[in-house]
Amino acid sequence: MSLTAKDKKMVKAFWAKVAGKAEDIGCDALSRMLVVYPQTKTYFSHWKDLSPGSAPVRKHGGTIMGGISLAVASIDDLSAGLLALSELHAFKLRVDPANFKILSHNILVVLAILFPNEFNPEAHVAMDKFLAAVGRALSEKYR
Amino acid sequence: MVDWTDAERSAILGLWGKISVDEIGPQALARVLIVYPWTQRYFSSFGDVSTPAAIMGNPKVAAHGKVVCGALDKAVKNMGNILAIYKSLSETHANKLFVDPDNFRVLADVLTIVIAAKFGAAFTPEIQATWQKFMKVVVAAMGSRYF
Repeated sequence: MSLTAKDKKMVKAFWAKVAGKAEDIGCDALSRMLVVYPQTKTYFSHWKDLSPGSAPVRKHGGTIMGGISLAVASIDDLSAGLLALSELHAFKLRVDPANFKILSHNILVVLAILFPNEFNPEAHVAMDKFLAAVGRALSEKYR
Repeated sequence: MVDWTDAERSAILGLWGKISVDEIGPQALARVLIVYPWTQRYFSSFGDVSTPAAIMGNPKVAAHGKVVCGALDKAVKNMGNILAIYKSLSETHANKLFVDPDNFRVLADVLTIVIAAKFGAAFTPEIQATWQKFMKVVVAAMGSRYF
C-alpha cells in the first residue's frame, strides 16, 4: 500500500491547507489519544498535567506535528527522511509501534473536526495511507 | 456484560438523538468503500463503484448505508444487552454473508470520523472516548458468533 503520485499530490495539497493550524491539530490529537486510549499515558508519566489542552500536551502536540511536516517534505523517501526519528522512537523512547496507528486515528478525527469540508473521502484515503506509511517508516529501526 | 455510567448512557443517547441515520449511514459506508477499497468485494451487485464520485452517488450504497447504521439503533436502545441483541446479526454476517469481522472495526473507525466531522468541537475527547467504548462493544458483539 505504497503512496501513488496521486496520493502524494493530495497529501501535499491538503497539508498546505491545514498546516497553519498544525499546533492545534497536534494538541487536540494528543489530548484525545490520552483520554480515549488511557494506556498511552504510560509514555508521559513524567508530565505534571496530562489533561486535554494542558501546556505539556500542547507543546508536545506541536513537536509531533513538526515530525509530520518533515514527513510531508520527505514524502518521496520517508525511510530516509524519518531515519533519525525512527531511531529515537526505537532505541530511546521505545514506543510500542502499535501506538502509531492509535495516534494516526486521532489525527484523522481532528482533521475531520477542524476541516469537515476539505477532509472529504479522497483526502481521507490519502491521509490514512500517508499516516500508515509514516508509522511504517518510524518502525523501521525497531528490529 | 458491560458497565455503563449514567454519564456514558446520556452521552450516547444525546449523540444518537442528534444523528440522522439517513444522513450519516450513506456517508459512512461510502467512505469505507473509498478509504478501504477491498471492502467493495462485498458489493459487486451494487453497480458502479469504480470512483469516489460513483460511490458517493450510488443509490444502492446509500440505501445500504442506512440499513447498516440503522441497526445501531438497537444497540443504543439496549446498551446493557448488546451482545444478546446482535447474536443473530453476527450469525448472519458469519454464516451467510461471509463478512470478514475486521470490517466491523473499520466501519466503527470511519463512523467515528464522520460523526466528528458532523459535530465538530462538540465531539469532545470525553464524548469520543464514550462513543469509541460503545463502538468497541458493538464490534465485539458483531464478531461474537464467528468461530
